[in-house]
Amino acid sequence: MPALITNSTTRYGWAAIVLHWLIAAIFIGQFALGFVMMRVSSQRTAFELIQLHKSFGFLLLGLVILRIAWRLGNTVPALPRSVGRFERRVAPLVHFALYAFQLALPLSGWALVSVSMLEIPSVPFNLFVMPDLPLAESDSAESFWTSAHWYLAYAGIGLVALHFAAALRHHFWLKDAVLTRMITPSSDHNAE
Amino acid sequence: MVARIFGFAAVAACLAMPVFAAVALSDAAGSYTISPAGSSIRFSVGKAGGGGLAGAFARFKGSIRIDSSNVGRSQVNITIFPESVGTGQRRVDAFLRSDAVFDAANSPEIQFRSTSVKRTGDTSALVTGRLTARGKTFPEKFTAELAGLKAGTIRFHVTGKVLRSRYGMDVGTPIYSNVVDFDMTLTGRRR
Repeated sequence: MPALITNSTTRYGWAAIVLHWLIAAIFIGQFALGFVMMRVSSQRTAFELIQLHKSFGFLLLGLVILRIAWRLGNTVPALPRSVGRFERRVAPLVHFALYAFQLALPLSGWALVSVSMLEIPSVPFNLFVMPDLPLAESDSAESFWTSAHWYLAYAGIGLVALHFAAALRHHFWLKDAVLTRMITPSSDHNAE
Repeated sequence: MVARIFGFAAVAACLAMPVFAAVALSDAAGSYTISPAGSSIRFSVGKAGGGGLAGAFARFKGSIRIDSSNVGRSQVNITIFPESVGTGQRRVDAFLRSDAVFDAANSPEIQFRSTSVKRTGDTSALVTGRLTARGKTFPEKFTAELAGLKAGTIRFHVTGKVLRSRYGMDVGTPIYSNVVDFDMTLTGRRR
């Protein structure tokens, strides 16, 4: 077993697990940061928080692309037997939607800063200049992408809540390995 | 810039030779009030990836006094009202006026008081002075180039660089440069 990095048919490897939790932390953190940065009264703090939000957004986009590539090039572990027929149909749809939101949120944010008439450069973590997407700048385009980003954020966090509730249900109610196999690959608890 | 100087020299040579060749101090000497109509105070701040943020102050006042016997004793005083900043983007203007940058509500004036004027050429001078913004004062240097002298009116093109971080305005660095480039045309009318 090559150091449990890759997935097998019964469990997730460390790469998938680390990417899952890293992206989860950034995704939820970005939601909180986005919420706060739009409400602070100091314009200076708001500016700095928005730049931080952009930095983490680009980091998220990079990690999500890596994650999707990893997922497509790796075995996907089968669902434990305890998972019922309804969930077998719905879970993959929710997971697909979660991936779609992970991509759509940073992309819509990138579009938003690209079309903004404010023309504030994106310099993730002050490391390098991230070019804008080739979209025309206008106030109407900015308000469109601002709304899109906002709705995607709330829908996305709702989906995360659903996903989280399902994981807790599996762990505490059904007492199966759905949650624990996303925490460590070493346990031999996959009833397959 | 070089082209501009040469162009300027050529125009000066053709049109204003008698005035500029030896700018007789006696001609220019006197006290002037800066006239907003013929003046502008523009600035720009470079940004990461090229381009920059450019704007101007619409309201300012000041005076220029050119000493009749000694240019070095000349004096320039300018007061800028940062509330009047304009960049063409309302949100940027509001940001600049806020306590993130100028804090115009609490610091309604930016002042420059010259401390020395050194003539550096027939029509140019280096003006050193004390710039006060947001309660902080530092010495700054500006280059002044005589751009016109007619009966009762004197015009200077003034340029200089100011480090904004020293005045508590470092917000946005390093995405936006710490260096603010000033480009002013100051027209004085003899009092």
